[in-house]
Amino acid sequence: MTSNLINLFFVAIGVLAIFVYLLAVRSSNQHYKKWPSYRSLYWVMGVFSAEAALVGPIATQAHHNFAVHMVGHLLLGMLAPLLLVLSAPVTLILRSLSISKGRRLSKMLKSRFVKFVGDPFVASVLNIGGLWLLYTTELYSAMHHHVFLHLLIHFHVFLAGYLFTASMIYIDPISHRRSYLYRGIVLVIALSGHGILSKYIYGTPPVGVPSIQAEQGGMLMYYGGDAIDLVLIFIYWLQWYKGNRPRESQDLRESI
Amino acid sequence: MRTTKAPQEIDKQLNSRAILSGILFGVGLVTFIDEMVFHQLLHWHHFYDKSTTSLGLISDGFFHGLSWLTTVGGLFLVADLRRRNAWNWKRWLGSVLLGAGVFQFYDGTIQHKLMMLHQIRYNVVILPYDLIWNLTAIGMVVIGYYLVRKSKNSYKQMNLTGSNS
Repeated sequence: MTSNLINLFFVAIGVLAIFVYLLAVRSSNQHYKKWPSYRSLYWVMGVFSAEAALVGPIATQAHHNFAVHMVGHLLLGMLAPLLLVLSAPVTLILRSLSISKGRRLSKMLKSRFVKFVGDPFVASVLNIGGLWLLYTTELYSAMHHHVFLHLLIHFHVFLAGYLFTASMIYIDPISHRRSYLYRGIVLVIALSGHGILSKYIYGTPPVGVPSIQAEQGGMLMYYGGDAIDLVLIFIYWLQWYKGNRPRESQDLRESI
Repeated sequence: MRTTKAPQEIDKQLNSRAILSGILFGVGLVTFIDEMVFHQLLHWHHFYDKSTTSLGLISDGFFHGLSWLTTVGGLFLVADLRRRNAWNWKRWLGSVLLGAGVFQFYDGTIQHKLMMLHQIRYNVVILPYDLIWNLTAIGMVVIGYYLVRKSKNSYKQMNLTGSNS
C-alpha cells in the first residue's frame, strides 16, 4: 500500500515538473525570443530518466538486485541531472517570473548558502562522498528497510547530482563562477572518487549484496559513469573553447 | 583581461600550449588504448585484481579520472591552436609521444610492479611482457623528446613567414 502511494507521489511530481516547465515556456515565448525546443526536450527526457529510476520495473527490481539498483543510480544521480541542467530551468523561471519575484529568486541564488553548496568542491563531496557513505557502510542495507530513509537517500542522490553537474558546467546564469582550472581539478578528483568506489564495490560488496551482483554493479557504475561523464567533460571543454575565442578584430594569436 | 602582449610572449605561450595539448592527449590516448586493447579486447588485464594495494587503486582511479578530461581537453586545445594559426604537427606529435611514454612507464613500473595493480597478463612468464611494455615507453619518450627539440626551429620560421592578420 505504501509503495503504491509513493509511486503515485513520484509520478505526480514528474507530471507536475513537465507541466510547469511547459507553462513557463509558453509564458516566456510571449515576451522573449522563442525558447529552444531542444531545451524542453532535455527537460522532458531528464524527468523521464529520473522517473524510470523511481517507479516501474527498475525501481522494483532494484530492491533485490544490486546491478539493477546501479542502473537506477546512473539514471537518477547522473543522467537525469545532466539533462535537467542542460534544459536551463533557472533561466526559464527567471524569464517567466514577475520582476519583483525574479529579483527575489536571483537574490536567493546569490546567497551565501547557494554559494557554499554550489562550489564544485562542496558539491562533489555531497555527491561522491554521499555515495561512499551509502555503499561502504550499512546505510545501503538499512535503506531497504526504512521507507523514509529510502526516500531521503534517493532525494539526496538526485539533488547532489544536479548540484555537481551545475557546478561544473555553466548553462544557467551563475553568480559565483569558478575558474576552469579549479573546476577541472575538482572534476578529476570527483571522477577518480567515483571510479575508485566502483572498483571498491567490485572487490568489497556492500552488506547483503552477493558478490556476483556487486561485480556487475561495480562495472556498470565504472563504465556507465564514464559514458555520462564524457558528455559532461565535452561540454566543459566546449565552454572553455567558446569562451576563449580570439576576437575577430584582433590578431588570431592574441588573447590567450 | 585582454591586454596586448609582445609577439615573443604570445609565441612562448602558444609553444607551451602546443606541448601541453600533446602531453594531455598523449596521457589520455595511452590510458584509452590500455582500456580498449588490454582490458576489453584481449582481456589480458583484470578489472580489479585482489592483490592491488589501496594506493594502487587510488593511483589507478586518479589517472582514470584524469584521462577523459585530458583526452578531450587535448583535442580542444588542438582546435584552439588551429584557429590561432599556431599549429605545428611535429611539436604536437612529439609531445603526444612524450606524454604517452612517461605515463606508460609510470604504469608499467610503479603501478604494475610497486603498487601491484593488475599485471599485463596472467599465467604467463611476465618478464618479456614487462620488458616490451617499458621499453616501448622509453622509446616513445626518446622519440617524443627528439621531435619536440627538432620542431623548435621550424616553429619559429613558420611564425615569421606565416604571419596572421
